[in-house]
Amino acid sequence: MLKGRLLKDKIARHYMLLATILSIFILFLIGGGLLIKSLPIIREKSLWTLLTTSNWRPFKGDFGFASYILSTLYVTGIAIIIALPLSLLTSIYIIEYASPRILRAFTAVVDLLSGIPPVIYGVWGTLTIVPFISEKLAPHFVEFSTGYSVLAGGIVLAIMIIPLIISILIEVFSAVPKEMREASLSLGATKWQTVKKVVIRKSIPGIVAATVLAISRAFGETIAVLMVCGNFTDLPKSIFDACYPIPALIANNYGEMMSVPRYESALMFAAFLLFFIIVLFNVISRLVLIQIDKRYQL
Amino acid sequence: MELMTAPSIAEQPTPKAKSSSGCLRPHIEVENLNLHIQNNHILKNINLAIPDKSITCIIGPSGCGKTTLLRTFNRLHDGSVDVKITGKLFVDCEDIYDKDAEVTHIRKKMGLLAQRPCSLPMSIIDNVVYGPRIHGVRGRRKLYAIARHQLNAVGLWEEVKDRLKSPASKLSIGQQQRLCLARGLAVEPEIILGDEATSALDPISSKTIEELFLSIKDKYTIVLVTHTLRQAKRIADYVAFMYMGELIEFGTADQVFNHPKHKLTKEYISGGFS
Amino acid sequence: MKKLEEKIFKFLMIGSTVLILSVLLYILYVIMKKGLPSLSWDMISKIPSGGFYLGKEGGILNAIMGSLYLIFFSVIISLMVSVPVVMYLNFTLRRKSRLAAFARLTFDVLFGIPSIVYGAFGFTLMIYFGVQASLLGGIIAISLLIIPVMIRSIDEVAILIPNDLVEATKSLGATNYETIKVITRQLLPGISTAVLLSIGRGIGDAATVLFTAGYTDSIPTSLSQPTASLPLAIFFQLSSPVEEVQNRAYAAALVLTIIILTLSFAARYFSRRLSKNKI
Repeated sequence: MLKGRLLKDKIARHYMLLATILSIFILFLIGGGLLIKSLPIIREKSLWTLLTTSNWRPFKGDFGFASYILSTLYVTGIAIIIALPLSLLTSIYIIEYASPRILRAFTAVVDLLSGIPPVIYGVWGTLTIVPFISEKLAPHFVEFSTGYSVLAGGIVLAIMIIPLIISILIEVFSAVPKEMREASLSLGATKWQTVKKVVIRKSIPGIVAATVLAISRAFGETIAVLMVCGNFTDLPKSIFDACYPIPALIANNYGEMMSVPRYESALMFAAFLLFFIIVLFNVISRLVLIQIDKRYQL
Repeated sequence: MELMTAPSIAEQPTPKAKSSSGCLRPHIEVENLNLHIQNNHILKNINLAIPDKSITCIIGPSGCGKTTLLRTFNRLHDGSVDVKITGKLFVDCEDIYDKDAEVTHIRKKMGLLAQRPCSLPMSIIDNVVYGPRIHGVRGRRKLYAIARHQLNAVGLWEEVKDRLKSPASKLSIGQQQRLCLARGLAVEPEIILGDEATSALDPISSKTIEELFLSIKDKYTIVLVTHTLRQAKRIADYVAFMYMGELIEFGTADQVFNHPKHKLTKEYISGGFS
Repeated sequence: MKKLEEKIFKFLMIGSTVLILSVLLYILYVIMKKGLPSLSWDMISKIPSGGFYLGKEGGILNAIMGSLYLIFFSVIISLMVSVPVVMYLNFTLRRKSRLAAFARLTFDVLFGIPSIVYGAFGFTLMIYFGVQASLLGGIIAISLLIIPVMIRSIDEVAILIPNDLVEATKSLGATNYETIKVITRQLLPGISTAVLLSIGRGIGDAATVLFTAGYTDSIPTSLSQPTASLPLAIFFQLSSPVEEVQNRAYAAALVLTIIILTLSFAARYFSRRLSKNKI
């Protein structure tokens, strides 16, 4: 009887360990696999050329990623600039000023909507944002814009990451102890002063973490941006011009990549680039958070 | 349980007149204060006068409402949606629950020392000068002088003078409570409220805080909620005994401890219940 | 001056809250407005005929069934990996074990990797093993995507199980495996929530299936056939010049949205139940 039980236990242990090692291994498998696939083009063209030139003519063998990298940065940048202040303001209001009922209702809505798939945002973006930019907004600034633009990508992306940031910030602000707020109020500070000088200050690590997560998400978002960004290779001169972020590049061209030499390698390099940047970003922000914690012990 | 009538003014120690504002009431005077949380009647018709420049301890079994009462003094219930307060509470003859009363200047008059020392997420010196800064004091030298003075007053200066810029959270819990007291004193209050201020501390730190209170009571009106009778016996000038949301008895420490008037007071003091 | 600042910010805060709420609800409104007229019994019970891009007849059954198949198998695979991993990290290894810390770090990173990378990697694997764009390919890619999601979600509840419970069971002479069986029962609501969250993540994702699952008009009958999926049904059919095809895209969008909202509701219900029964 005991032997049977011990055997089961042994098998279970081995299985669990195997599953764990395998899961950890996935990360390195992905990184390694993509890197290996990218090597052909890196060897042929040198990393510097790949990253800084913007000539993209696969059939001629030119693979310059610069404009794609920049497009990605522009779109992500705009998304963060829109999303972060709005999320902060809303979260502060919900936690500090709104009644508990509003808090519950709002978190419910945000929770439900944060699961909406990117493709749906893409559909909505095409139906609403693109015409808006093309007809109502752009005419004030430029001569012509199809609406499929950096700005459209940025706006759609912003709306996508706002629920994410808000749900993190709400948790972060709720974690500030009641006594801390009371200590500040008891000294004669107003609610707003307390929020500014105590609540936000105490929450800085959380705010940083939320931002990092949001940037990661925005960076890699493919389908929603693809549907509204215009997919045009030339470097965008204004936010009303079309752009072509890296995820869109990969998504649009996977069909053709087998036909041209080095095309597949180039696209895998693009995927690896995404992978690498996001992992790096995550690791760095983790280190930064540890430092903040050590230094300021908030 | 009969509703105990509030001690008549005649039984209470004569309040000192505040000559500057012409106010004749005691420093804090509670008039017919009732507090409800949702439908529960937590504070029942409290009438109480806190004498000037002395230590008043509010004692009573847990759940009797003493912390709730203390927090009405600086309107800390303001943020809670479920709390309803009726009645009047005069501080320096101003009813702080009046519709037009301005809350931050009321709170400035009072320093609160909470049960668990709560240092703000900033450096030691920033903690101390947080209050003055809020109220418009500027100038590094001036703020430094304030910090030095108050940290000296609570006996922390020597221990922290070399690390004023380091985070306050690195201090020990006893040091943090003294820091909170320094912080509270820095806004130059008239009244100090203590909500079981030593219950989270070790005996030595507790003693230090108690001695601080004793040393400053000639300049401030101090109201302390204490959970131990011993502490009240050690430091109180006046004692208020509460039970189930009512004020049962109020008098000088000698009166309440040695000649209690009410049966419940007698029972509590002799350790009958806690 | 102070009062003015507070007033301005209060105005901004309320404005921002209202703005965000309105935009999110507006999105739902637009999806419903576009999709509802096209949503009919025919739409969800028929496959498109005449080619999905240009054919006017038929519905989106291919996408619905495709997505269901894809997510069903992916969840099973993912559970077979995620549950053991979480059990191992929390109840077999010591709490402070370095392997556990490293594993969690890895999973956090994996969680943040965009789905297109999973799609690209899945594609690479497929080429390596000679698998065509098919149901199997899609399952592989989606499984890889949702494993970190599931691990994280289950880990969040497993970590809350107090040590005393584990020790009590062990001190009765139970083996580690038997202890875990007991705990798993306790974690079922948490695991259900994790499953629902993973379904939500996996069923709506287009980038993973883009390279790996192919696209087709019909419902797959074996793992090696390509399959349609709801996200791709939307993506591919939206840009068709034929109005009926576009309408199929909108209907698919609505169906997908309804599925996700239902899952979210269910997940919230389960996690409420979970917190009610906490020890």
